[in-house]
Amino acid sequence: MAWLSGCVIVIVNGLNGDVVINSLDISKFNLVDNNLVNDPNPLPKAQVTNLNFFYPGGVAALKNVNFTLAANRVTALIGPSGCGKSTLLRCFNRMHDLYPGNRYDGEIMLQPGDINILDSSVDPIEVRMRIGMVFQKPNPFPKTIYENVAYGLRVRGITKRAVLDEKVEQALRDAALWDEVKRRLNDLAFNLSGGQQQRLCIARALATDPEILLFDEPTSALDPIATANIEDLIGQIQSKVTILIVTHNMQQAARVSDYTAFMYLGELVEFGSTDLLFTNPSQKRTEDYITGRYG
Amino acid sequence: MEKKELGHHISRQFDQELETIRSHVLIMGGMVEDQISQAIQALVQGESQRGEDVGRKDDQVDRLELTIDDECTRVLARRQPAAGDLRLVLTVLKAVIDLERIGDEAEKIGRMAAQLAQLDRPAQGYVEVEHFANHVRGMLRDSLDAFARLDSEMALKILREDTQVDREYEAIVRQYITFMMEDPRTIRRVMDTIWCVRALERIGDHSRNIAEYVIYLVGGTDVRHRPIDEIAQVVEVATRSPST
Repeated sequence: MAWLSGCVIVIVNGLNGDVVINSLDISKFNLVDNNLVNDPNPLPKAQVTNLNFFYPGGVAALKNVNFTLAANRVTALIGPSGCGKSTLLRCFNRMHDLYPGNRYDGEIMLQPGDINILDSSVDPIEVRMRIGMVFQKPNPFPKTIYENVAYGLRVRGITKRAVLDEKVEQALRDAALWDEVKRRLNDLAFNLSGGQQQRLCIARALATDPEILLFDEPTSALDPIATANIEDLIGQIQSKVTILIVTHNMQQAARVSDYTAFMYLGELVEFGSTDLLFTNPSQKRTEDYITGRYG
Repeated sequence: MEKKELGHHISRQFDQELETIRSHVLIMGGMVEDQISQAIQALVQGESQRGEDVGRKDDQVDRLELTIDDECTRVLARRQPAAGDLRLVLTVLKAVIDLERIGDEAEKIGRMAAQLAQLDRPAQGYVEVEHFANHVRGMLRDSLDAFARLDSEMALKILREDTQVDREYEAIVRQYITFMMEDPRTIRRVMDTIWCVRALERIGDHSRNIAEYVIYLVGGTDVRHRPIDEIAQVVEVATRSPST
């Protein structure tokens, strides 16, 4: 190998003895923290700006939250109980609209299109078409496996059987469930194991091609093997969808996420690359939390 | 500099495990310090038996290295440490390698001392070697102190000290070369003495490594392979801006 002004040039002998030169431009690799990141400047999928959230009675659950959700990356929200992780997560798909008296203040600008999804003029149903959610407890519909995945597609007006079949199969493949259920698509979803049900819920969310997928403690009700399967699945689907995950399990956040946000009492204390946050956090409160020290 | 304080974990057992690891590192450091002292005394006093005993004690150092490695492995497996705790475990895993090598260098000096005890002593004794050894021992002691106190400023001082040690080593070697040129009958003795001095210089390098790990442990920045001025800036920034 030889170095030539920022490129690595690899000279190999081809099969016929001729010389083959390949070059690898290392300038696009970020070598900070000895961590090769192919894309040091990921595109933003959503920008959260000065986000405050109030429950009925004016109780402030989120206080001036600011961060950027990177496209096609996994961002984890960690923090102690009551810090506002799930509250923040549910702002993304306007879940709080379901209960009277809740109030948003601030912006979540979705890209592309620069759409503030918190704006009252934006239909929350439209938001939920673009942003899906997987909950803590697997909650398949009381339908067959096939119909669970097809439901969202039918709501969108897709009725052609061939199209439905293709999309259902693709969603189940993406959720790493196809091989286990392809011969029993007409079985009831409730007949699946807990881990399979959760993967079915992920398939159901993926079927409508969401841009962002929200996970609210998706493995807390699952055994270790099912948990590992879900975590592996998250790694596989992130190339197709931006992921925001709330987890109580710090080691899970360390395993699956590219970025981590630490929250405390409604505030975003620290946000950064997972590698850096778990090796050298800049805030003492973050260090105390992730090392299990007293506050 | 005020020692960086570490709060207690909620798990007292985890606290105890980390404290045990830190203590064992300091014990190992004490053992190799003692090895160096014994080896130099054997050289200076011409005590062959003492020189050989240094090698026998090296087994204890090696066993302690294995114990500490095992303890670190268990912490990594069971606790999945993060941030400062992770950096502590990584620092210890690296530092014990350097301490074990220091033990090996001390053993080398002891062996040379035992051989030199069989030969005629030089007229001036081993004054330069003793002085050099004191310098290097000071570096090792300070590096262990910096580790115990989590003192990155002291660690930086050790890195600067290493430059002086290297100069002193070169001066001693130049002097010994002139001895050999003046009287070829002294070549064997002088060469053995140069090996001792070389071993001491290597101990200085290992102490420097430990100081670099301490800077990483305290500030989170890996300063290996960086020039001293850059390292000084890193330490200054880390000292000026403690996290809130």
